[in-house]
Amino acid sequence: MVFDMEKQIDFEKIGRSDRVRRIILKTVVCAGLTFWALVVLFPFYWMVLTSVKSYSAYNSEYIPKLFTLSPTLQNYREAFTAVPLAGYFINTVIFAVVTVALMLVVTVLAAFAFARLNFPGKHLAFTLFLSLMMIPNELVVITNYVTITNLGLRNTFTGLILPSVTSVFYIYLLKENFEQVPDQLYYAAKVDGTSDLKYLRKVLVPVCKPTIVTITILKAVECWNSYVWPRLVTDDEAYFLVSNGIQEIRENGFGRENIPAMMAAVVVISVPLIVLFVLFRGAIMAGVSRGGTKG
Amino acid sequence: MDKKGMKGWLYLLPAILFLGFFLVYPLIDVLIYSFEEGYNFASQTYYGVGLYNYSYVLHDPYFLQALRNTFILVVVTVPLSTALALLISAGLSSFRPLRSLYQTVYFLPYVTNTLAVGLVFMILFRKTPYTDGFVNRILGWIGAGPIDFIDGSYPAKMFVLCLYTIWVVMPFKILVLTSALASVNQEYYNAAKVDGTSRFRIFARITLPMISPTLVYLIITGFIGAFKAYSDAVALFGTNLNTAEMNTIVGYVYDMLYGSSGGYPSYASAAAILLFVIVLTITCVNLMVSRKHLHYGV
Repeated sequence: MVFDMEKQIDFEKIGRSDRVRRIILKTVVCAGLTFWALVVLFPFYWMVLTSVKSYSAYNSEYIPKLFTLSPTLQNYREAFTAVPLAGYFINTVIFAVVTVALMLVVTVLAAFAFARLNFPGKHLAFTLFLSLMMIPNELVVITNYVTITNLGLRNTFTGLILPSVTSVFYIYLLKENFEQVPDQLYYAAKVDGTSDLKYLRKVLVPVCKPTIVTITILKAVECWNSYVWPRLVTDDEAYFLVSNGIQEIRENGFGRENIPAMMAAVVVISVPLIVLFVLFRGAIMAGVSRGGTKG
Repeated sequence: MDKKGMKGWLYLLPAILFLGFFLVYPLIDVLIYSFEEGYNFASQTYYGVGLYNYSYVLHDPYFLQALRNTFILVVVTVPLSTALALLISAGLSSFRPLRSLYQTVYFLPYVTNTLAVGLVFMILFRKTPYTDGFVNRILGWIGAGPIDFIDGSYPAKMFVLCLYTIWVVMPFKILVLTSALASVNQEYYNAAKVDGTSRFRIFARITLPMISPTLVYLIITGFIGAFKAYSDAVALFGTNLNTAEMNTIVGYVYDMLYGSSGGYPSYASAAAILLFVIVLTITCVNLMVSRKHLHYGV
C-alpha cells in the first residue's frame, strides 16, 4: 500500500522540469567525481609518462608534452645501475618482512593473553596499554635515537627494526576479534587436553585470519613508507630503505639532474604497494576504515 | 603468584618488553631531557635543570617559522579536506554506476610512498630555466604568469604544500565518510521523501546530524595528523627545510636531533613536548566544542 502511494505521488510529481533538474544534478555529480579521479590519477600518469621519455627528449620539451611517441626503458636500466635501487628495494623488503613477522608474534601473544587468559592485574595492564595509544611517535623517537646510537646499532637492521615492531592499536584490534570467538571452542580444546599455544595456533589464528591479514598489510604499508626513523638511524647507503633512497636520488641523484630516471625509480618504488592494494583491496579498505591512522 | 597467573604475564612479556623499552622509557626520558640544561651529547653531561631549553626553542626564529607553517597548514587543510571529502562521499553515495571503481581510484594515494609521489608533485609544479612545468602550462591557458611553486615565493610554496597534504589525506576521509553515509538508516530518507523534503534540507537536517560523530572523529584525527606534518614537506622541498622556509614543528624536532644543525636532543625534546601540549590542548578544545554542538551522541 505504502509503496503504491509513493509511486503515485512520484508519477504526479515528476514533471518535465524535475526530470531536467535531476539530469543536471547527475551530470554535475558525475563531472565532479570524474574530476577528482583525474586529480588523483594524474600524478601517477605523469610519473609513468616521464619515466618512459628519454633524457634528451624530456629536456628538450620546454612545454611538457602529455604523451610520448617514442617510449624507452632506458631510464629503468639507469635507475637500477646508476643508483643502488635494487639494494634499497631488498633492504625495504627485509625490513618489512622481519618487522611484520615480529609484530605478528608479539601482537598475537598479547592479544591472546588479554582476550582469553585470566591473571592478576590484567585489567590494569590493559588500561595502561590503551593509554599508550595516545603517545605520539614524535615524542619517543628522540630517546630511541639516542638509545640505538649508544648501543652502536646505527646502520644495522636490528636498529631499524626493533623500535618499529610494536603497535598497541593492533593488539587492541586483534584482542577484540579474539573475544568474538565463542568460549566453548576454548573449553572444548581444554577438555581435549590441548595446550593454550596449540589452541592459539590451530583455532584462534585461523578463525581470525581476516583481521590478521588486515594488520599484516597495514603494517607492511607502514614499513614501506617509513621515512623518519630510517633517516635518523642510517647514514650508510647500504642500509637505506626506499624512502631514504628516493630522497638520496633526489638530492645527489644520477650525477646530473635526470628527471626521467628519477621517475623510473619512483615508479619502481610505487608498484609493489599498488599491486598489494589491487590484490587485497577489500581487506585493506576494511582495515583502514576500522583503524587507519594516516591523515 | 600461581602458575596460571604467571602464564598470562608470560604471553604479555614480549609486548611489555618492546613497549617498555621503546615507548614508556623514552616518554619519561624525553621529559627529563627537556629540562636538562646544556646537555652534551658526546659526554652525556649537563650543568643544570630548568626551563632554558623551552625558552631557547620559543625564541628560535626557525621554531617560530615552523610553528607558523604548521598552523597555516592545519587551518587550511583540515577544513578544506574534510569538506571536500564530504562532498565527494555524498556524490559517491548518490551515484551508482562505477561507484566501486571510483572508490578504488580515490583510495590510491593512501597506498603510495609519500616521498615518491611528492617528487612527482614537485616536478609538476616546478619552474626551471629549461621548462615552466606542467602546472604553469595550465596557468598559461588562463593567462596567469609562470610561478615558481617550489623555489619561489612563500605563498606559492605554502599553496603546493597544502595541496599535496590534501591530496594525501583525502583517501582516508573519503573512505570513512562513505561508510558512514552508507550506514545512515534508509527509513529516515524515505520518511523525508514522503513529506516532500528538498534534497538540501534532507542533507542538512538528516544526513549531517547522523554522520556528525564521524565528522568530529575525522576533524580531530585531521588536526592531529596535520600538526605532525613533515614528510610531505620533505618530499616537495628537500631535507633542508629551514632554508626553504617550509619547516614544520616535527621537522624542527628532527633537525635539532640530527643532520647538519643537529646534536641537540634537549632542544628537540623541548620542541616535541611543546608539540604534544599543543596537540593535546587542541584535541580537548575540539572535543568540548563538538560535545556542545553534537546533535547525536558519540
